[in-house]
Amino acid sequence: MSDQERVLTGSHFLLGDHACAEGAMAAGCDLFAGYPITPSTETAERLALRMPAVGAIFLQMEDELASMSALVGASLAGARAMSATSGPGFALMMENIGMAAMMEAPCVVVNIQRGAPSTGLPTLVGQSDMMQCKWGSHGDYEIVAYSPSSPQECFDHVIKAFNTADRWRIPVFVMADELIGHMTERVVIPPADQIPRVERKRPRHKPGDPSFLHCLAEDEDLVPPIVHAGEGYRVNFDSLTHDEKGYPATFPDPHDRLVRRLVNKIRLHTDQIMEYEEIFLDDAELAVIAYGSTARSARRAVNEARKDGIRVGLLRLITVWPFPENKVRELSKQVKAFVVPEVNLGQMSRETERFTSLPVIGVNHAGGVMMAPDPIFDTIREVAKNA
Amino acid sequence: MPEILVEAHPIDAVFRTDRLPHIFCPGCGIGPTMHAYAQAILESGIPKDQHACVSGIGCTARVPGYMDVDSYHTTHGRSIPFALAIALVKPEMEVTVFSGDGDLFGIGGNHFIHAARRNVDINVICINNFNYGMTGGQAGPTLPLGAKATTAPYGNTEPPFNLPYLAAACGAVFVARWTALHVRQLKDAILRAMQKKGFTFIEVLSPCPVGFGSPNDIGDAIEEVWLYRERCVVNHDAYLPDLEIDLRRKDVPFVMGNFVDIDKAPFDPLAMMKNKGE
Repeated sequence: MSDQERVLTGSHFLLGDHACAEGAMAAGCDLFAGYPITPSTETAERLALRMPAVGAIFLQMEDELASMSALVGASLAGARAMSATSGPGFALMMENIGMAAMMEAPCVVVNIQRGAPSTGLPTLVGQSDMMQCKWGSHGDYEIVAYSPSSPQECFDHVIKAFNTADRWRIPVFVMADELIGHMTERVVIPPADQIPRVERKRPRHKPGDPSFLHCLAEDEDLVPPIVHAGEGYRVNFDSLTHDEKGYPATFPDPHDRLVRRLVNKIRLHTDQIMEYEEIFLDDAELAVIAYGSTARSARRAVNEARKDGIRVGLLRLITVWPFPENKVRELSKQVKAFVVPEVNLGQMSRETERFTSLPVIGVNHAGGVMMAPDPIFDTIREVAKNA
Repeated sequence: MPEILVEAHPIDAVFRTDRLPHIFCPGCGIGPTMHAYAQAILESGIPKDQHACVSGIGCTARVPGYMDVDSYHTTHGRSIPFALAIALVKPEMEVTVFSGDGDLFGIGGNHFIHAARRNVDINVICINNFNYGMTGGQAGPTLPLGAKATTAPYGNTEPPFNLPYLAAACGAVFVARWTALHVRQLKDAILRAMQKKGFTFIEVLSPCPVGFGSPNDIGDAIEEVWLYRERCVVNHDAYLPDLEIDLRRKDVPFVMGNFVDIDKAPFDPLAMMKNKGE
């Protein structure tokens, strides 16, 4: 392995956590700031080795509060910035995830989920941070979250996450889980020139132009151009509600205007952002919705059920947020019920219920063990029988 | 004939004049300290475009918003890691954290000690007004023993931080303490901090007639300023553990000075890579 190379083009046998790190390397991550936490630590360890060798900045911070604050500072100085953590650290990051949303600072956080709440099960799998990643910081804001189902997807999703973050100026999460993070599989890394890269929208105005309002979104996408530290724009970034000039404006009207835009820039463009995979859904009478490690077991269960003649399909979420609500509405006209297996006590199943009047049957475990194909298969068979 | 009448105050060049007047109360020490920082920017020879000013939350944290430099008003206590990242990504920039005692040493204390330990190349200017002003005068980590605050109505029972001693112990390469009255010494200290590579710290004792003066029977801002003026002693060589502030003991002076001015390699995360060939 050549440490000098940012992109390790070739076929590798890689740990999921390491694949996240290689995704960051390939995406051109300029700065990593993190704090050791099981089961994500291997991502930091890999980057501690890899980043300095290419002149990038690896920082082990004093805690996750500092890590997330550093990400926002680095991002607004022009860097592609990432952190990796797990539930307890993710909880500490929430304050400054809100700041990233408010200041529209693109950044990426990988969360290798473990059993929770609290310290929970540090070394064992969980998928119970799905609502935390959507709603964890105070206030209304929108984020995007990917959910890799393999080490290959860890690599791919980190690259997607950087591009989505830069495109929409939001914090983006890669919500893996311990099973995927600690799974070793083949990961194919393409040549450097085939790694997709979305550049940030930059201002058309020159520094010093008094007509430039750096928080004004002139385009249909509602995303203002980003200015970086040291470029001569000398603008103010504020965690307070601010006006189009970036000045504090702590009044109802500018607040409603700003927060609506932060939310709408994602909500009005979910079609451009949302990704999922459809398996056997064309003729399905029953739909399974799954993500992360559980999607692997769900695929197996669906394959087995098909062998038994049950017309079941799988909607595998690639972005958990935004959630494919229109797809669920559409499927509701076709299927008789939804089965949602997940290693939590019902988070995305609850989201599914918002968009269908059909029965949504959860297959749940609180965490610590992978969701095996059997309980999913058994549920599919039972639901198919009663449907 | 010299030009006597000018269109704008020379210091306006470093302020966002469209944001003035500022929000600070009459008698507050933040204004003079902000002025000293502005003066130091002008005299630093570093172009405005290369200055960044970062703050957390609180009265003092409003300062960056008035400065005509890249400015960042971040979350409560988190200004230092934010500033650290800017300083590392843009090493040519002169990054200054300008915040209050509660922000930097209460909620943000952990970041302060680690940034000083790392010797990150940033300046930290701390307005110490002994209380949480923005929220209405609560006890903070620098409130002197016995002093009153809205959350210490019977008098403070917790020993306060001795900030210069703390900063020096954590490894800061420049440590100073002045009051908001010492505008020239303060400006010189900020200039010195800007010249130095590494983590610098300046504590500014500041009157807060509303949050601190009023509950402690200090009549008004002028009286609080006189209290500092009468008791200030300049001693650059002071023994730092002696720098504690005790309002109850009138015989103990408030010691001012530039206490630490040393040279150490500033934090460079790539230092080990650069030294590989040696």
